Amino acid sequence: MSSIRVRNLRKNYGNTEALKGISFDVDKGEIVGFLGPNGAGKTTTMKILTCYMAADNGEAHVSGHDCFTDDIAVRRKIGYLSENNPLYSDMTVVEYLRYMAELHDTPADKINERITEVTVDCSLNTKFGSSISTLSKGYRQRVGLAAALIHDPEILILDEPTVGLDPNQIVEIRNLIKKLSKEKTVILCSHILAEVELTCSRIIIISDGRIVASGTPAELRGLVEGHVNLKLIIRGDKEAIKKALKKIHGVKKVDVYNVSEKGAFGYDLVTAKNRDLRERVTKVIFDNEFQLLEIHKETISLEEIFNEVTKGLKTTT
Amino acid sequence: MNFKHVNTIMVKELRGYFNSPLAYIFITVFLTLSSWLFFRGFFVDNVASMRPFFTFLPWIFLFLIPAMTMRLWAEEQKTGTLETLLTAPVDEWEAVLGKFLASFAFLIITLLLSLILPVILFFIGKPDWGMIVGGYFGAIFLGGAYLAIGLWISSLTQNQITAFILSVLIIFILFIIGEPVVLHTTPPFLLSVFKYVGLGAHFQSILRGVIDSRDLIYYLSFIGFFLYLNVTSLNSRKWH
Repeated sequence: MSSIRVRNLRKNYGNTEALKGISFDVDKGEIVGFLGPNGAGKTTTMKILTCYMAADNGEAHVSGHDCFTDDIAVRRKIGYLSENNPLYSDMTVVEYLRYMAELHDTPADKINERITEVTVDCSLNTKFGSSISTLSKGYRQRVGLAAALIHDPEILILDEPTVGLDPNQIVEIRNLIKKLSKEKTVILCSHILAEVELTCSRIIIISDGRIVASGTPAELRGLVEGHVNLKLIIRGDKEAIKKALKKIHGVKKVDVYNVSEKGAFGYDLVTAKNRDLRERVTKVIFDNEFQLLEIHKETISLEEIFNEVTKGLKTTT
Repeated sequence: MNFKHVNTIMVKELRGYFNSPLAYIFITVFLTLSSWLFFRGFFVDNVASMRPFFTFLPWIFLFLIPAMTMRLWAEEQKTGTLETLLTAPVDEWEAVLGKFLASFAFLIITLLLSLILPVILFFIGKPDWGMIVGGYFGAIFLGGAYLAIGLWISSLTQNQITAFILSVLIIFILFIIGEPVVLHTTPPFLLSVFKYVGLGAHFQSILRGVIDSRDLIYYLSFIGFFLYLNVTSLNSRKWH
């Protein structure tokens, strides 16, 4: 049974349609990345899943419980780190965790044990008695995560967990998420592509209130056709080289540009979908006795996929 | 309704009061004003009575109680912690009651500190115990009603100052509509409504030392109504 099941979710804010019918499933144990530009509807979807908001239309189920009629049961299942990680800054770390544990009905004799566990998991043990207002952004983020974990939820929803952190802190939080994801179903929202690519097994791309693509990072790459696949730097007669390259079967387009090496030019080959032409290209170059200085196969970044699918949406609608 | 949640939230908010300077400012201002009223009557008019204190109490409360409640929801909405609170398995009624009881407990603590006045009175004069007991009862219920209004208003805005000003205004209106000055110019068909709804008249009748069940029912339903409005306004977040 899927852990999260969403069908045709719609939500309007006044006259603007924030969600235009979103459907997806998340299976138990999956780490799903929710990717989209700011304002795409990620946070709205998460707010509906956590029962903070209600949808205008559609269904949302978490662990078999309906988000609208059985919201308390849903809230028990979910650990939620909301956008911007709001915390009570006048409390100490341990006071805050205790408060959250009590609200989640952790049995009184288990509370201390749970607090110790989550503070160890989130490397917060040295900040136990510190007031939250004195903590750095990185530590605040860990407090938010620790609070989301305090009741050992089945499902963890993290909305932009690394926003505003420095690169070292980002790596730490990412590692922590990876560690947690071994036991839990995780939804990670982000507008940073590298983040979801590194941590998630599946990615859902959302744009303008709609899901525009979904799949593993590899599957998503396959969706996009006609990208620069080979980058070459060759010394020799520009026109002759261009002509020779164009003749190769599978090459759709050749772009030439200037490079710093004397007498050489850079060539970008756009090839047909999922074609590896390296052998054929090098053979042609050697047969024609051009001097190959560099060859590099580019894998398409998610960034390009993302641009492609969101662009595609705009032209079709 | 899970009373453990109510208790957890109440304890947290009460601790929040005493962790901020506002609580001490509040208590100091309240005790200074009330002692001044008391001793002015004692030294200037040469009467040892709690009457001036209780007569002015609704006006002191008018400004002090909105200051107690303005933060309670506005702050949570501004910082976003409301989302943390309401995505935990906490029912809206539990949250509202927890906050209300915290402010109510704080009010009672403040009133308890002012008990020094009747103690002084006991040594220097012949106090009217009926009025004192009635007055404190009335103060607790009147304060509770003010708190319920202030708490509700605080849930309507992210801005504490807006919450404060609106609360003062609404409490003021609800207090004076039962006063004779207003009733004089009220159209006849509204007369009985205004007379019943006005906060002041019920306080005056408790102050006379007669604790009437009708006044108690009035205050309890008044508080209940505004707590209900508060729950409604929390629920409305879902449909924004």
